[in-house]
Parts: sequence; structure tokens; C-alpha cells
Amino acid sequence: MLTFTIRRLAMAIPTLLFISLVIFLLLELAPGDPLADMPLTIPPEVREKIRLSLGLGEPMHVRYGLWLYNLFVTEPLHWIDALTGTTFAEGQQRIISFQTRGPVFDTIAERIPQTLTVVGAGYLVGVLIALPIGIISAYKQYSWFDQIGTFISMVGFSVPVFVTGVMLIIIFSVWLGWFPSIYDTTLEVTDWESFIKQIKQMVMPVFVLALYNAAQISRYMRASMLDNLSQDYVRTARAKGMSERVVLLKHVLRNSMIPVVTVIALGVPGVFTGAIITENVFKVNGLGQQLLLSIQGNDAPMVLTISFIFAILIVLFNLIADVLYGVLDPRIRYD
Amino acid sequence: MKMKSALMGAACAFAFAPAAFAERGADGHVNVIYWQAASILNPFLSGGTKDVESASLILEPLARYDNNGNLTPYLAQDIPTLANGGVSEDLTTITWKLKEGLLWSDGSPVTSADAVFTWQYCTHPEGGCAQLSKYEGVTSVEAVDDITIKVTFGAAQPNPYGPLVGGQSPILQKAQFENCLGAKAQECSEQNFNPIGTGPFKVVEFRTNDVIQLEANPNYRDPAKPAFATMTFKGGGDAEAAGRAVLETGEFDYAWNLQLAPSVIAGMAAAGKGQAVSAFGTLVERIEMNMTDPSPALAEGERSTAKHPHPILSDLRVRKALSMAIDREILVEVGYGQAGRPTCNLVPAPQIYASPNTDCLTQDIEGAKALLEEAGWTVGADGVREKDGMKLKLLYQTSTNAVRQDFQALIKQWWSEIGVETELKNISASVYFGGDSGSPDTFEKFYADVEMYANNFDGTDPQSYLAAYTCDKAPRPETQWQGENINRFCDPEYDALVAELGKTGDINKRAEIAIKLNDMLTKDTYTIVPLVDRGRVSAHANSLGGVILNTWDSELWNASDWYRIK
Repeated sequence: MLTFTIRRLAMAIPTLLFISLVIFLLLELAPGDPLADMPLTIPPEVREKIRLSLGLGEPMHVRYGLWLYNLFVTEPLHWIDALTGTTFAEGQQRIISFQTRGPVFDTIAERIPQTLTVVGAGYLVGVLIALPIGIISAYKQYSWFDQIGTFISMVGFSVPVFVTGVMLIIIFSVWLGWFPSIYDTTLEVTDWESFIKQIKQMVMPVFVLALYNAAQISRYMRASMLDNLSQDYVRTARAKGMSERVVLLKHVLRNSMIPVVTVIALGVPGVFTGAIITENVFKVNGLGQQLLLSIQGNDAPMVLTISFIFAILIVLFNLIADVLYGVLDPRIRYD
Repeated sequence: MKMKSALMGAACAFAFAPAAFAERGADGHVNVIYWQAASILNPFLSGGTKDVESASLILEPLARYDNNGNLTPYLAQDIPTLANGGVSEDLTTITWKLKEGLLWSDGSPVTSADAVFTWQYCTHPEGGCAQLSKYEGVTSVEAVDDITIKVTFGAAQPNPYGPLVGGQSPILQKAQFENCLGAKAQECSEQNFNPIGTGPFKVVEFRTNDVIQLEANPNYRDPAKPAFATMTFKGGGDAEAAGRAVLETGEFDYAWNLQLAPSVIAGMAAAGKGQAVSAFGTLVERIEMNMTDPSPALAEGERSTAKHPHPILSDLRVRKALSMAIDREILVEVGYGQAGRPTCNLVPAPQIYASPNTDCLTQDIEGAKALLEEAGWTVGADGVREKDGMKLKLLYQTSTNAVRQDFQALIKQWWSEIGVETELKNISASVYFGGDSGSPDTFEKFYADVEMYANNFDGTDPQSYLAAYTCDKAPRPETQWQGENINRFCDPEYDALVAELGKTGDINKRAEIAIKLNDMLTKDTYTIVPLVDRGRVSAHANSLGGVILNTWDSELWNASDWYRIK
């Protein structure tokens, strides 16, 4: 297992480099310009100067090389400096965003907590709802509970979050006035009152995300449970006189969880990448919102860096899912 | 409308003045939402409106334009003019005096050295300053004494109010930005995110592309202002959500630039929590005619250049007929409501520069048809006009935007009524306005017969705006397709008149020339077909007083006068 993990990790390096090159080239070849947002009143000569000052005068390969160097050398050195107070990275330029002229990683660090709390909570709640729904739906297949569960999953699947999100805002913010329609990103949880406030502003985005996630995972859970319920060992267990509870939760559930855990693990990078649309609907200042803003502003360094981080996470969690699969199911061994 | 809102604002201010203007910070907290988030608080490194306006709460220029387009002193004692001797007789220097005893928010004194530094900062060749054109023609900025600033121009400058005036060109603190000159400007994120200023507010925390926390500047020059102790400046989302937050849920007090369908705004305002306000500036949505041939049959490098005149649009009668077929009232109704009004002018304001040109306002389909007949275009078998075997068919491009696509559909319909076939095309704004010389889809390259967009000019003087249509400013391969004369309009008489405008100091004479130039481009030649004079609609809560919408400078120009109506 260990050699497998190491081999996979080693293979991830060329994969990631290739991904970064593809993202870079895509951004490079895609039409658009970081200066497109600026008013037309800025004359062309001035625009050209701004472009040069952003480093866009350099040829493509130089810019790509510089970005790689910054990402793997300057940035880590800078973090070491920040932690230990040394001055390795002094005077070296970090990866700078076109839009904000600030270091890309500062912006990312500023936004990750919001993404993790809101999108993470959405995922967690989604999983917690999905598992029981999936189990009961499978156990009582075609009952009214199963039918309703199926209906809700279909709704979660088919109605896009920008519809559910705006609908919730209209009902709960505009009509009822229970929850704020705009996420207050400056709120700090210090006491009970601010905690309630935080919960209030998280309710709607978390609900929207939970619905979407639960819809997917509950279907996997249900299908996997159904597969196992018809197996011979279930009949054997029942014949031995075990209670339904033990049969279901001890035998069937354990076996059914194997593929579901993989699905859940594969969904975790999505927590970091943020929910681009949900974050925008509720104005949560997470990574997803930043990515969208940067794409709109043709902010290549920011888009490149964020997408690359996502790529790392996806590769990593794919590996984790594979390893978990092996751990949970002793029949599967990679060595 | 502008007058009305100004009067109402003044009336409100009067009614509540005694209660509200008592003490700095007495009115607590105010929430502002801009649906485009501020990325940086240094307007010299970003031309974006959102950045310029957010920074205007903190950084101030010597003078700003008020809601009527008149200069109002901010850091300066008064506005230098020829009459008071502040501007030299030969129009080459302007001398400003700072108010006495001005302090930065950190308590240090504001001196003329800061102004000189700001000029050096923006004009540094490697700095990439977005407001460089404000300093065009400036040969030096000197500190005569601690409060006197003398700006010298290389040649006579009839409008010397470019440098250090208006929201785009405020004064930076030398002590703070001293190490950020040139290429270093990009790396100074600490300074760019937290500039020290003289404005009514100072930054407490800046989160890029998200939110700014501000508090009243303890050293603001008026000890009674601002009325609000703290401000949250939230950014991001979309115009609809911003409008909703002010007009429907009441979470925010002020929302900027609600580019929404008129019916949507009216629906939101019906909730009764706030009101939409509008004002007009110089932004004109227009159709530009391509005077050169964009045919793909031509070699790359010759397409859309002066080498080949346009086979159809070179005829004035065709251009005029196209303009006559458009009903501008309907366009306004569909697209802008209270935020638009029909116009025939490229320069719709200020009053003194606006041509009394209204002959395009009535739609005249029959007249347009007759004009096309006269030009030799006869209706063919399929209802499309033809001449010498060529069909009257046009490619009409613009950026992707709901209102623009509505306009395209309407105009296509009207043009089909007069026998013109129109092919519509829309291009993502980031490409269309992106200026990438390699892309065939930029508005400068103009690989289409007609195109639509909106443009305006900064401040109140249209000289540089009108000067954009001289022959040498045409985008062409030799200039990497850069240039502002999108139509490739070229008339030596126009060029001569622009040169004359550059030498004329007398305001009435200037207005006369400007109107003539405007007419040459619009009603005399129909090179530019203006459609709608686009105003700005913003919204504020009913409880927020003192708001006077200003399209000539930052919208937040008078945030120091805002107060809570109790």
C-alpha cells in the first residue's frame, strides 16, 4: 500500500505540471484582456504602458517559467519567512494579481475560511442528511418515504442553485425578513449573539448546498444499499435470527458504505473550490466567488494559481479515495 | 430631473440640518454596496470606476466637479482662473493654494510636496499609471511654498484642470508612497490597500474584491463631519441583488449604478424602503458607422482600413436613412427608463457644450425609404434593397449585454422595414473592449459595418473626446489597431477645428467650436448615430439623507454630508 501511495504521488508531479501548462495555455490563447474592464476614457498609449507594467510584454514561456518559479520557490520561501521571521524572500516579487496588484496567496488565504465554513458546512449537512435518507429509502423501497426521497433528490439534481438560492432570498429575506440576503463577511464570532447572527446568515447558502449534495449522495447510498440487501449473506444473517437492526446497520451498511465513502472523498475538493454560483448568489467572499471575479477580469495569475490549487486537491483526494477503498475493502490491494 | 433631484436634496438637507449636522460620528454606521467590488484603493493603478469611487472616500483632489459639473474646491482654497490670476495669461501655468492647516488622517500636515510627489508617481515611465492622461502636457509641478502648487504646461492649455483635479487624480501622501515609484508601484500592496488620505473616512480593513471597513477620519477638516462614525463598503454580486438589498430588504443604505430594467427597479422601489435616484452625465450609447470596408474578402491588414472606403456606408444618404429609421423613444423605454433619454448628440452635456440638435428624435420610415431610393438602392425580390447587384446588407456588432441585444433586435426590425438586411453579432465584453490586436473581434478593429457601444468623457471639457476623431487617431495595422477614431472618420476641416479648439481659452468660443465639431460628426455626416443619453441610477434608503447623485465626479463625492434621517 505504501509503495502504491508513493508511486502515485510521484506520478502526480508530471500530471500537475502538465495541468498547469494546459491551464496557462488556455488562459493565454483565450481572448480577453486584463484592461478590458477599464473605462474607454483611458487612451491606448496609457493602456499599453499599464500592460507592460503588468509584465505582459514578456514572451509567453518567460511568464510561465516565472510563475512556476514564484509558485515553487518564492512563495514557499515567503511563507517560511512569515513563520520564522527570516528574510530569504526579501525583495523577491511574489505572484501578483492583475486586478488587485496584491499577492495572490494573500487573497486566497483571506477567502479560504469563508469557503470552508459555508461550503464545508453545506457538504457536511448534505452528507448527514443523505446517509439516513439513502438507507431508509433502500430498506423500504417504493414506500412513500422512498418516493418522497426520490422526488426531493430529483429536485435537488435538476433545479440549479441559482434558482433555489434566489427563491430562498425572495421568500426568507424579502417577504419574511428572517435571514440576511447578503453575507456579512466582516462578522466575527465573539459571543452568543454574533454566533446566532453567523448561523442566520449561513442558513440559506448551507441549505442550498446541502440540498444539492444530499441529492447526489443519497442516490448513491440507496443504490449501494439495494445491491447489498439482495445478497445471500443478508439472508443468512436473518436466518441466524439476527435482529433487523443488526442486519441493516452492521452487515449491510458497512458493505454499502465502501463505494459511498469513495464518492464522498471525491467530493471533498469541491469544498475547497467553493461553490462558484452559490457564493455569488449569497455574496459569500469565498474562493469560488474570487475565481469568477478573476475570470471576468482576465486576471491570469489569480485564475492560474487558484485552478492549480484545485488541481492539486483533486489529484490528492483521488489518491485518498483509492487508498480508503483499499483500507475499507480487504479484497482490494494494489501491491 | 437633475435639477429636481438637486432641489429635493437641498430641501431635505435644510429640513434635517439642525438635527443631523451636530457632531462627527453621531449617526453611527452606514452600509454601502457596490455590485462590483473594489480591488484596490489606489486609483492610479486602476481605472475601474468601482476603485476610483471607493478610493474617493479616502483620497481627495484639489477640486472636484459638483453635481452640475462645476468645479468645487476640496483641498484647494479656491479655483484658480484667468480672472483671479491663478491661471497665467498665456495659459501655460496654473497655481493652486492648499487650504491652511490640512492634515492627513495620520495627523501629519498636507503640503505641496505631496502634490509634486503625486505627479512624479503617476508620470514615472515604469509605473503603469492608469491616469497618465490627466498629466498630459505637464512639464513640471513645483512646490512654490508649503501650500502653493504651480503646474506648468509645455504649451498653452485652455483647460488646465486635468492634473490633481477630480476623482481620478487625487493627491497621495508622499511619506507613504515614497518607496512605491515606478515598477515598485505594483508591489506596494500594503500602501495600495490602505492609503492614507484627507477624505471623510479612513480605512480600517481592506479585503480585496470584497469589503472595506472604514471609520470617520479624526483629522477631517470639518470637525462636524462626517456624521457617520463607521462605514461598510461591500462589493460584489450583481446589480439586482444590490438593488434588492437597499430597496427591498433594507440591509444596505446606498447602492451604486443599478443597471437594471426600468420595470425591475420600479418593482423593487414599490417595497417602500428606499428610492432610486438618477442623474445624467456624458455617457452616450451610439451606433458607429464604419467608413472603411470590413469585407473578409480583403487581405488582412487592408480590411477596415482607409485603403478601401465602405461600399455602402460611404454614401451619406444611406447613413442618414439608417438613423432616420430608429425610434429613440422606444429604445429608452425598453432599455433605460428613468436612466435614459433620447439624444442626437455625441456631447450631450454640459449645457454650454450641448448642440441644439434634435432633428433625429422623430422616427421617419418613409423619409428613410425615399432617401435610399434617391441613393439608387431599389427594393429587390426578397424585400432587401439592391444596387448594381450588391445587396444592402449590414453586419451589426456590439458587446454581450441584455439591453444591447434588445436594441439590436429593435433596430434590425426598423432597418428591415426600410429594406436593409441586418446580421447581428454580439461579442463578450472582455474581448470586444479588450484591445487585443490579435483578435478580430475588438471594437477598435471594427470588422463589421456598424457597431454599438457607449462612451463618455471625464470631467466637463470635451476637448480630448472630440480630438479622438482626427485622421491620425484611426486604428490601423501600423498602430497595432490602437486608436480612438473608431469610424476612421477623416476630414481635414475637422482636424483644423480641433487644433483651433486646443488654442482657444475663451469658454464661449470653445463651446461654439465644440458644438460645431459635434455636429460634424453627428447631424452633418451621420458618422456617429447617437441613440441614448445614459444616466446613472443609484438607490438609497429612505433613512439616508444628504445624497446628491453626481455623474461628473465620484458618486460618493459628498459622503461627508451624508447623515441619518431620524
